[in-house]
Amino acid sequence: MPVEIDIAKVAKLARLALSPEKLEEYGAQLVDILEHAERIGALPTEGVPPTSHPLPMTNAFRPDEVRPSLDRDEVLGQAPQSEGPYFRVPRILGES
Amino acid sequence: MTDLADLSISGAAAGLRRGDFSSVELTDAVLTRAGVTESHLHAYLTLDHEGARAAAAAADQAFAAGEDSGPLQGIPLAVKDNMVTRGMETTAGSKILAGYSPPYSATAVEQLAAARAVILGKTNLDEFAMGSSTENSAYGPTRNPWDTDRVPGGSSGGSAAAVSVGSALGALGSDTGGSIRQPAALCGLVGVKPTYGVVSRYGLIAFASSLDQIGPFARNVQDAAALLETVAGHDPRDATSYRGDKPDISSLLDTGVAGMRVGVLAELSGDGIDPQVQQACRRMYDALADAGAELEEVSLPATEYALSAYYLIAPAEASANLARFDGVRYGLRVDGETTEEMMAATRAEGFGPEVARRILLGTYALSAGYYDAFYGQAQKVRTLLRNEFAATYEDVDVIVSPTSPTTAFAIGEKTADPLNMYFADVCTIASNLAGDPSGSVPIGLDDQGLPIGFQIMAPALHEARLFQLAAEVERLAGFDLRPDLATSEVKPA
Repeated sequence: MPVEIDIAKVAKLARLALSPEKLEEYGAQLVDILEHAERIGALPTEGVPPTSHPLPMTNAFRPDEVRPSLDRDEVLGQAPQSEGPYFRVPRILGES
Repeated sequence: MTDLADLSISGAAAGLRRGDFSSVELTDAVLTRAGVTESHLHAYLTLDHEGARAAAAAADQAFAAGEDSGPLQGIPLAVKDNMVTRGMETTAGSKILAGYSPPYSATAVEQLAAARAVILGKTNLDEFAMGSSTENSAYGPTRNPWDTDRVPGGSSGGSAAAVSVGSALGALGSDTGGSIRQPAALCGLVGVKPTYGVVSRYGLIAFASSLDQIGPFARNVQDAAALLETVAGHDPRDATSYRGDKPDISSLLDTGVAGMRVGVLAELSGDGIDPQVQQACRRMYDALADAGAELEEVSLPATEYALSAYYLIAPAEASANLARFDGVRYGLRVDGETTEEMMAATRAEGFGPEVARRILLGTYALSAGYYDAFYGQAQKVRTLLRNEFAATYEDVDVIVSPTSPTTAFAIGEKTADPLNMYFADVCTIASNLAGDPSGSVPIGLDDQGLPIGFQIMAPALHEARLFQLAAEVERLAGFDLRPDLATSEVKPA
């Protein structure tokens, strides 16, 4: 079965602003990879549960104790832009 | 006299305790070696001369005060640059993290420091550990010390090259689909991926969280065990850290293999494996049988599908994990009118081609309409594979195979064809999907003088069994060769 990919939509979901040339290149490579990957569909898996994790683990609980966290100034010091105790980003909502 | 940079960890540890030399002298010898070899290899992204000498001096002071923190005290080691180190630049081989100075250290790095090891610096890798050749580093490739026109393997190629050439006595790497074992094989080293959860992932920059494990590179099995002993153990800061007792690692090193049931994996014995690699492995199977092991062929049909399942699961997890690199909290930012435009521009500029490709692949595999056919099916294949391993381990104690289908390939040979590069991981991936421990031991050279690795897989938490067989393979192979670059008078390029 040929794989069809709306690569522009995938790139938008992935938050990657790629040029049309790049989109075309990646799109073709993804088709190659997925056409190979599709062979896993040939394995009968009816009734087989999925494995999302190698260890049979449930939630890891710990006592709710106050502990020191990372130094705020040190953390903010790595941000491209900060203001006071905040990370600074461009506007989020559309022009009003 | 032997150059101190060529000592094993255990040999150096003995010398330090006899007072033959100090950790400062040892560290200087290793840094001097790096000064000669780095221009040929580019194993390191960061070399911290000052910090290393200070740590060495502190280790010497501890020795003088009668304080002994164990086999790594005063030993110069390297750490793959996807483990965060407080105050020491950590890039994961990506432009998107250029200049990043982490506000904390990975647990594994803290454990090395607590053992008074000397951390020399950070080694090169495929960007975010995505690759099999270290050619995907945004900072340029690392070269193989055995032949500098060839790749060291990947993604932990910098760690492998450094230990092989003597610009570190041992190193940490990480293994998501073979990224410790395959470069260990291609560089003639011992490399081990422990059971999932045995080493904390806290501070390991996440690639595929259900597959990533930190593990050791060393020039012999005993050294690899010492490194793993130091970094293994439960960590409350990693919710997926194994909560039981730390597994036994080294108690069976001298036991031999009489009566051990060794399964030879049929699916990795023929087609697709280089004839010289096959031949070297077959000689080792015979030698193990002569040493008293009981060999039989085992078949795990689902391993034929492991590579395909992996290249859906790992990119899917990566596409989620790498969402954090968005220009807000650290690293690169490319300006945009809105936050969303800023993020998309930053990520397009900051990620290299292989990382972008895997993010796109993972995003697609997880997207509505395709989830069941790709990601969902891959997770079911993972179950089938685990079931086959469990059934096989009722009949055998360990499973063996080649570590890599070929010896080191040429730089540039596979970069144009991503799918072809993915086949480099065909032998190693099943252990990651299963979560089981797996290691590579060097067993010889091919006719081009390139190392061949022998892979040993064991059931979860049976590291002791893996190391038991590894020690016997090491004895039988008698592999103690080093690359010319480590042994001849080489000048900086």
